[in-house]
Amino acid sequence: MQISGAQMVIEALAAEEVEVVFGYPGGAIMNVYDEIYKQNAFQHILTRHEQAAVHAAEGYAKTSGKVGVAMITSGPGFTNAITGIADAYMDSIPLVVISGQVPMSLIGTDAFQEVDAVGISRSCTKHNYLVTHASDLPRILKEAFYLARTGRPGPVHVDIPKDVTAQIATFDYSKEVDLETYKPTVKGNMRQIKKAVEAIASAKRPLLYLGGGVVSSGASDLVRQFSTMTQIPAVETFMARGTLHHADPLLISMLGMHGSYAANMAMSETDLVIALGARFDDRVTGKLSEFAKNAQIIHVDIDPASVSKLVNAHFPIVGDVKNVLEAMIPLAAEQVDPLRHQLWLKTIANFNKLHPLSYKEEGDRLKPQWVVQRIGELLGDDANISTDVGQHQMWTAQFYPFSRPRQWSSSGGLGTMGYGFPAAIGTKRADMNRVSINITGDGSILMNIQELMTAVEYKLPVINVILNNNFLGMVRQWQTMFYDKRHSETDLSIQPDFVKLSESFGGIGYRVTTKEEFDAALKDAVEKNVVAIIDVVVARFENVLPMVPAGGSLFNMMLEYKDK
Amino acid sequence: MEQARRVISVIVLNEASALSRIVGLFSGRGYNIESLTVAPIPESKYSRITIVTAGSIKVVEQIIKQLHKLIPVLRVYEHADLVEKEMAMVKIPLNESLGDIEALAHAYNGKIVNVSSDTMIVMVADEPMRVGHFLEAIKRFHPKEIVRSGSVALER
Repeated sequence: MQISGAQMVIEALAAEEVEVVFGYPGGAIMNVYDEIYKQNAFQHILTRHEQAAVHAAEGYAKTSGKVGVAMITSGPGFTNAITGIADAYMDSIPLVVISGQVPMSLIGTDAFQEVDAVGISRSCTKHNYLVTHASDLPRILKEAFYLARTGRPGPVHVDIPKDVTAQIATFDYSKEVDLETYKPTVKGNMRQIKKAVEAIASAKRPLLYLGGGVVSSGASDLVRQFSTMTQIPAVETFMARGTLHHADPLLISMLGMHGSYAANMAMSETDLVIALGARFDDRVTGKLSEFAKNAQIIHVDIDPASVSKLVNAHFPIVGDVKNVLEAMIPLAAEQVDPLRHQLWLKTIANFNKLHPLSYKEEGDRLKPQWVVQRIGELLGDDANISTDVGQHQMWTAQFYPFSRPRQWSSSGGLGTMGYGFPAAIGTKRADMNRVSINITGDGSILMNIQELMTAVEYKLPVINVILNNNFLGMVRQWQTMFYDKRHSETDLSIQPDFVKLSESFGGIGYRVTTKEEFDAALKDAVEKNVVAIIDVVVARFENVLPMVPAGGSLFNMMLEYKDK
Repeated sequence: MEQARRVISVIVLNEASALSRIVGLFSGRGYNIESLTVAPIPESKYSRITIVTAGSIKVVEQIIKQLHKLIPVLRVYEHADLVEKEMAMVKIPLNESLGDIEALAHAYNGKIVNVSSDTMIVMVADEPMRVGHFLEAIKRFHPKEIVRSGSVALER
């Protein structure tokens, strides 16, 4: 088939069964947009900012498990998108990002809207391509999708000069991807797996440490099976929330800086860490030399560069978590005695009793944690949850009753304020049958507020719940605790009227100060099924607790903060 | 932190962006590359890159893992037991003693390779440390220009 480069993009996306592209047109990508106008293989959703296009593709990818696709133009279109690309790289989200570029003859001449896009994206993509001729496009696009979803997933960027989109060449998408230099190790080494199972069988206080890799490899069911069968308790990282059901007696909760006391104590007391698809991030480990220092470590990860990167693994297993668990389960069924850890489970139950995740009700002021819990009580499994970044994000990770993987979408690694709303739009597009809730803050929501227009236009009724404390709360909390209450540039007392703001875009808005009002607003928004902002006035100086101060040890948590 | 000199060979697809991907792993960590040589491997679509670097062992190990992860990289060798050679060329004014220079070059596996109306060029090829010694010794002949090739290495 002899077609143009622009037509090839459409054909390739159709062949990959892409159902939605999030994007924003511009000069260098116009040939492709002209073809988008003519086709009906997929829907194009016009976000109102390129960063939001990439976050929406991320939200879509996280919820659906498919590769998300974003399309943008050269120069500023691309630089706006780079935050989203870096975000997807940090959280291993499979994306293909297609950008326009100035024509080949103008590259390197400081042309209008020119920027060295592949130079910029190189360090924050899994791989990137500058397409120099249309005849390369079918191969490159096929490789891009393949690379994005296999191995450790991640964003792949394809930069296409304008003249390449006009070139006519042969389109053949049938060739299998053949990359001699890229062969991810999916199957774990059987000898290592056997040794690991022996270690599990002889451990007294084993602990599953579940990371985002469990979700992306689709191994949650196997993890549930493994932990039930062996009666080994589990802690989840921020990225892994929902892997185990919130009511699962073996789930200790989240660990790390704002993890529960029980989760962090379990990690400090365990004699065998079974790390599955987790990368020992500094927000998880606290002080490295004190992290799980009584334990041997089994580390299963698809990415060999993650294994023993920060903490030395005694049993390194490079492989896909799902694949490795499939091999482990029959061995563990024979060797691991589920009654062996009863004392250990009792110890953990005591940790939980001693300092459960909690908050204090004070007067009439709504507590932000209550709001999160209440959303969980009212919607539970019927909602997909995304967040922005800050205090509200941690409260959501702590208090929302997650019941399944892919229910949760939040910017973990990069910590991108402005992620939540566009991601919730992508989530809604991927799962129209569930309510899409973005729990956000009064700082974060303004970082991609223009997406009200996208959500209204495409009838993707996201409900934004602002936990409004008139502060950049997380920074304010650190300033209170560690900077002698010098609240430098974190007071957000001057605010828009969020109700009118939502209404001006065609959504609805509620300002809420009591529990009754909140219940009524949430029920009304869900019922009306339109784009909404619920602006919840919450206690201003509430802190996220417990807390491991940066660089501190997990077992040395700040359980409460007393105002001096 | 424990510091060490490391020689790393990378077999990589011979394509436009490969070198910058590799170099980026070093520069992004503030690591200097002591020397770097690149040339195509005959009758293949690959190039061989030899990198000499010095730094904390832990960081260099992490860089090596990241090198493996780059899509166009086929193989990464860290050399322990290896033959390492480097070449150097030195331009010297013609008024210096040809015989002495020839003898010195000879001791370092080299010779005079070019003589023009007012300068000559001497080349040597030897272990990097010995090339250093040669460049020390040649100083008294007032060299005008010196160029080193950087190391290439093969495992024994």
